[in-house]
Amino acid sequence: MRTFLYILTFLSVIGLAFWAYRENYKTQEALTEVQDLRRDIGGARERLAVLKAEWAYLNRPDRLRDLSEVNFERLRLLQFRPDQFGRVDQIAYPAPPILDLSTPIELSSDGDDRP
Amino acid sequence: MIRTPLRPLARILDARQKGENPDAIERENLRIRHEQMRDRSRVRAEGRLLVLGVAFFCAFAVTGARMATLAASEPAEPRAYTQGASIVSQRADIVDRKGRILATNMETHSLYAHPQQMIEPERAAEELARIFPELDRERLVKDFTGKRKFVWVRKKLSPEQKQAVHDIGEPGLLFGPREMRLYPNGTLAAHVLGGARFGQEGVHSAEVIGSAGIERYFDKELRDPARKGAPLELSIDVTVQSAMERVLAGGMMLMNAKGAAAVLMDVDTGEVVSIASLPTFDPNDRPAPPTEGTPADSPLFNRAVQGVYELGSTFKIFAAAQAMELNLVRPDTVIDTRPPMRIGGHGIGEFRNKNYGDLTVSEVIVKSSNRGTAKMALDIGIERQQQFLDTLGFFKPTPLEITEAEGGKPLLPSRWTDLSSVTISYGHGLSASPLHLASAYAAIANGGFAVKPTLLKQSGPRHGPRVMSDYAAEESRKMLRRVVTDGTASFGEVPGYHVGGKTGTADKPKERGGGYYEDKVIATFATMFPAHDPKYVLIVTLDEPVETMGEKPRRTAGWTAVPVTAEMIGRIAPLLGLRPDYAPRELLQLTAN
Repeated sequence: MRTFLYILTFLSVIGLAFWAYRENYKTQEALTEVQDLRRDIGGARERLAVLKAEWAYLNRPDRLRDLSEVNFERLRLLQFRPDQFGRVDQIAYPAPPILDLSTPIELSSDGDDRP
Repeated sequence: MIRTPLRPLARILDARQKGENPDAIERENLRIRHEQMRDRSRVRAEGRLLVLGVAFFCAFAVTGARMATLAASEPAEPRAYTQGASIVSQRADIVDRKGRILATNMETHSLYAHPQQMIEPERAAEELARIFPELDRERLVKDFTGKRKFVWVRKKLSPEQKQAVHDIGEPGLLFGPREMRLYPNGTLAAHVLGGARFGQEGVHSAEVIGSAGIERYFDKELRDPARKGAPLELSIDVTVQSAMERVLAGGMMLMNAKGAAAVLMDVDTGEVVSIASLPTFDPNDRPAPPTEGTPADSPLFNRAVQGVYELGSTFKIFAAAQAMELNLVRPDTVIDTRPPMRIGGHGIGEFRNKNYGDLTVSEVIVKSSNRGTAKMALDIGIERQQQFLDTLGFFKPTPLEITEAEGGKPLLPSRWTDLSSVTISYGHGLSASPLHLASAYAAIANGGFAVKPTLLKQSGPRHGPRVMSDYAAEESRKMLRRVVTDGTASFGEVPGYHVGGKTGTADKPKERGGGYYEDKVIATFATMFPAHDPKYVLIVTLDEPVETMGEKPRRTAGWTAVPVTAEMIGRIAPLLGLRPDYAPRELLQLTAN
């Protein structure tokens, strides 16, 4: 009985050590992955900043104005002026649809000449 | 364990037979037993002490060893605990009120040389001079072949230039990473942003520090790592700013002015929505400060904030507002403006020596009568006038968040006499910046509360203390509206926006003292719109404008600053989301039917 207990304890120590080492390796691996991800995030942020700067540069008002002038033929973009504002009551609502009576409607009593 | 009996029967009987005391045997046995017990417990105690000693030794040994490793090893950041540590650039972005980028950072490279590692220094110098035309070949050859071990060649490189330098194939030319400040909109809002330059420089990085404008004012905040890259939100609107600069540049050209400034301010929050000063510069390549000539002629000079000018008749409304506030006059009180009028030996004249006769207070403003305003100023008195102008902010530099604002200190008369009081009432003798005028007009526009101009986005109204009653402010607004409908600013009407404002034309004082120029003026138009419920105040100032389309050159604000302002309001008011308010036109048939 006692020997069995000893063997059991010994085996469980081996088992626990194995488990602990495996967990340790897993943690190390996860940390390395996190580090890599952080590096990737940093790189992505840097790229994002460059893209944002580029977006801002391409959308600068001067350039947009020049582009709209160059492409006036096609786009017909004009400056935003006060006279372009409208009022709701300046817009005519579409007329309600009129019932189309040009085609006769078939009735179930058609051809019935009873009083 | 076999216990020895204390009174073994055999020995007791034996002792009894011999006539000895059997108790002695018992005592003897008891003694032996006690001795055995003592020995056992000593051994146990010694064992325990030993275990304890070993345990303590181990504990101290572990602690000591840990201390030794900590002391001797390289420090490393615990990898597991830095959660979400974001990699942020060293300087926060600056964005406009709608989040559009005004200033950001970009990764670039600097170029430096280790001449001792160079193989063909002369060829390298030649190639570099070919790639960068501004570099001097002779100088580079001298640097590369001399005794120097380290030479900075260029602080910033574009990727194309970097590749070209790579292609030289010279091992002594090296690149260092650099984070540079980029202003993608070019000259837009240049005077607000200011610019940035490199501070402490190393091979691997360089400090970016603000050199002017808001970059310098908020230098510490922008570089604070605790911001975690949160951008600085300004009250500037890029679209409005761009439209304003465009109209102002056009107006400056048409009116042959040498400079121009404009300020657009929200009357309730004090937010400066756009502020422009021409000529301007590119903050990406900030020019060096001028070494000769007047600093005011440099493009770096911010006319809207640093430029203090006598703003002329735009000041008249303050005298009228204060006189109404103090119940000295009502809008329909009649004032005699006939000549002569002499104060302290100086005659007070009118524009082109006109004689307006009897005018109501309202007409004094509409016709811009100097003598009418002067009489109100005399009624108000020096002390009250000073106090009023002080509460409007004319005695201190504006608190705008750019470093240049400190430089815009108003020029006040050294002795405030009755004559100063009179001339100041119509805008001469006191010089202030257009931004000062904007915040003072904002007080009239918002119903009598002082506001502080700011460049930071605000979440709601920021009314300061009351400086005039609602009545005085409202009557002043009505007068300003009349200036546009039937006064000197008739070109200022923008259909739908009910512009109210006051023109001001002031002769420029000579730089070296001794009077005023005959033919150089500062023309200002201070407006608020819509006049019945003002949302914005707009100040436009032209430096030395002259309108040459008529027979004689015309320099008054009514012919120069006013048309420019009207065009500007027509452009920017829709962008600000202000709906024009006029009688409805004919019914539009927009739907296809």
